[in-house]
Amino acid sequence: MAEQRRFLSAAGVPIALRRRQHSASCRELAVRGPRLQLRSLSAVTSAVWLAAYGLFALSENSMVLSAAIFITLIGLIIYLHFVKIDQESLLVIGSLGIQVTSSYASGKESTTFIEMAQVKDVVINEAIHMQKVIYYLCILLQDPEDPQGVSEVVPLFQSSKPRLDCLIEVYKSCQEILEQRKTVPQSNEIK
Amino acid sequence: MSLQVTAMVLKVFFPSCCSSADSGILIGRWISEQNSAVVLAVVHFPFIPVQVKQYLGEVQRVTKVSVSVLGSWSNSKQEKEESLSEFLEDLGTIFCHEPWIQISKEGDSKFWSCSILQKHSKNPQEEEIILVYYDQRKVMLSHLHPPLDTAGQRAEDASKLSAIFDTVARSQVLFMTDRYDEGPIKLTHWQSDGVEASIIVELLKQASVPACMLLTFLLSLLSGICRSRVLKFWPLSFLWSKLSTCEQLGHRLQHLQVISSNKKAQNQNQLMRKANIFVSLLIDVALGILLMSWLYRKNRIGQLADTLIPVADHVAEELQDLLQWLMGAPAGLKMNRALDQVLGRFFLYHIHLWISYIHLLSPFIEMILWYVGLSACLGLTVALCILSDIVALLTFHIYCFYVYGARLYCLKIYGLSSLWRLFRGKKWNVLRQRVDSCSYDLDQLFIGTLLFTILLFLLPTTALYYLVFTLLRLLVVIVQGIIHLVVDLIDSLPLYSLILRLCRSYRLAGESLSSAPAALQAFCIMCLILVHWVTPELRMQWG
Repeated sequence: MAEQRRFLSAAGVPIALRRRQHSASCRELAVRGPRLQLRSLSAVTSAVWLAAYGLFALSENSMVLSAAIFITLIGLIIYLHFVKIDQESLLVIGSLGIQVTSSYASGKESTTFIEMAQVKDVVINEAIHMQKVIYYLCILLQDPEDPQGVSEVVPLFQSSKPRLDCLIEVYKSCQEILEQRKTVPQSNEIK
Repeated sequence: MSLQVTAMVLKVFFPSCCSSADSGILIGRWISEQNSAVVLAVVHFPFIPVQVKQYLGEVQRVTKVSVSVLGSWSNSKQEKEESLSEFLEDLGTIFCHEPWIQISKEGDSKFWSCSILQKHSKNPQEEEIILVYYDQRKVMLSHLHPPLDTAGQRAEDASKLSAIFDTVARSQVLFMTDRYDEGPIKLTHWQSDGVEASIIVELLKQASVPACMLLTFLLSLLSGICRSRVLKFWPLSFLWSKLSTCEQLGHRLQHLQVISSNKKAQNQNQLMRKANIFVSLLIDVALGILLMSWLYRKNRIGQLADTLIPVADHVAEELQDLLQWLMGAPAGLKMNRALDQVLGRFFLYHIHLWISYIHLLSPFIEMILWYVGLSACLGLTVALCILSDIVALLTFHIYCFYVYGARLYCLKIYGLSSLWRLFRGKKWNVLRQRVDSCSYDLDQLFIGTLLFTILLFLLPTTALYYLVFTLLRLLVVIVQGIIHLVVDLIDSLPLYSLILRLCRSYRLAGESLSSAPAALQAFCIMCLILVHWVTPELRMQWG
């Protein structure tokens, strides 16, 4: 079953959270950011081409125009493939692990998988980002030597930066699954 | 204490290549600590259970992986047949395995049904089953193995998924039989359509053994010659230690010895090291031969030799101009005329000697260059080292000037400091390594003060000569340093690991690519140091 709700990101941009429950111990949460707007694309392209035309008028060298076209094309490709993240999703499978996927606008997907044994907890933290204080969700990884220690903090939803209300929904869904592993003893040993 | 049986999740790892296989039974490994089953292959009908058990026993002995029959797989093209499902349940009694996994797929339906048969559990509960598809080939080839040689407690902390990877990787023997083999057992796994092998790889493996032996023999001959007493006499050994070419050749000889050794690599690190050295040598020789083919075309060697003498002349003229400038009033400073003239004339005579020496050598330069250029086929690094040695030899006079200037300056500073102590009535106690007071005689004081004054007023002249020649020497050292940087980069960059990371990253999945990031980091640091070296020199040029 899937449900979709609209929220705002830390910058005020509208984002959508989609929750799917595949089974009792498997949940998928996806945050989708806004698509590339046509007007911002046209604005940037026109600005670059106007500047190139101005340079051409000054220097009478037609290479400037072809260079501007190349730069626009290559810049757009690099932006779509490496910078613009369309959707960030979190797949939590109890007893297996957590998978974090980022899908870029060009279709590229980059995935990270964290085993359940390494996951200590999923928490909401505060951070100072530029001139704001924002909330972010992160996974705390277990330190193998020290059972109480945290070896690493993996921040989630870094490019869409949802606000606290969206993060609370995600947090509640994750904690429902993480709690299951605490109530289930790890093995069926005869003590 | 009672058994705590709860609704534990059961994980089944199913290979994606078996999803279109015909009905049969599943064989694989059951990991009870993680409540997960790793399916390695599907055995098709007809089979004789005794033969299957025998085969599994053999596989278990060879691979040390506890392979057993895990359940049944049914892929029926038509509607679900009742008799087949009963037959599959009965199989569960022949191959008793707790729990018995039944996976079935109907026709073209996208949905599979997966159920568990638990015969001996006291309170049967609905267990949740997670089916994970895995690509057998990539899982087998990726090196995500648990560290086997660490202490026992570490093995428990090792990640659970690495046990899955390890199981698949160690069962390589199971994947060696394909469907064209005449045997009682018919398996489906990732290689069942034909064992994957490359003719080139097999040929290389066959050819590598005699090639290694030949190489080892040649290398032992070479190292025997190098270690002979003839080459250890004083002038020659001094020369060998100063020439960077010999050092680089020795380095490469060592690398060749590592590659051509007959022992197989013990662990992953050694294998990667050997592969990296091999790729680096290959690229080195390829680049060297490319350079050679470029040099020997269109008589470039002749052109190079022709420009060498005028360049040396030009450098000597520039140096003479510099010395004339120093002998006058450099930068408005007033020098001591007599000392200035002496030092200037001394260095000028030196340059004159050097120029005559170069002119003496000029008819032979082209031939020497031609033969030396042939050694570029040993590798680009050797060619670069030879270039660095040629630069060192051509600027030998600058080195000499630096040495003279430094010695003079050093003497002067020592004299000044000791006479300064005398001026204040103190002395350096060598035994106690400290400054003690001392009462001097009057004539000692008189001569000491006189000498001190002379040395002090001669200091600016010597200091200026020292500064100028040190800067020149620094320039030459920078050029040589850049060349050595490039040589070290070619030597130590782990190209094989980098290429593997780019093309087949699954093969390096669990490994820390500790060598590659470290090499890249070292490269960045070297570039930064280089920038810091070069900028003062550039500022001097522009200023």
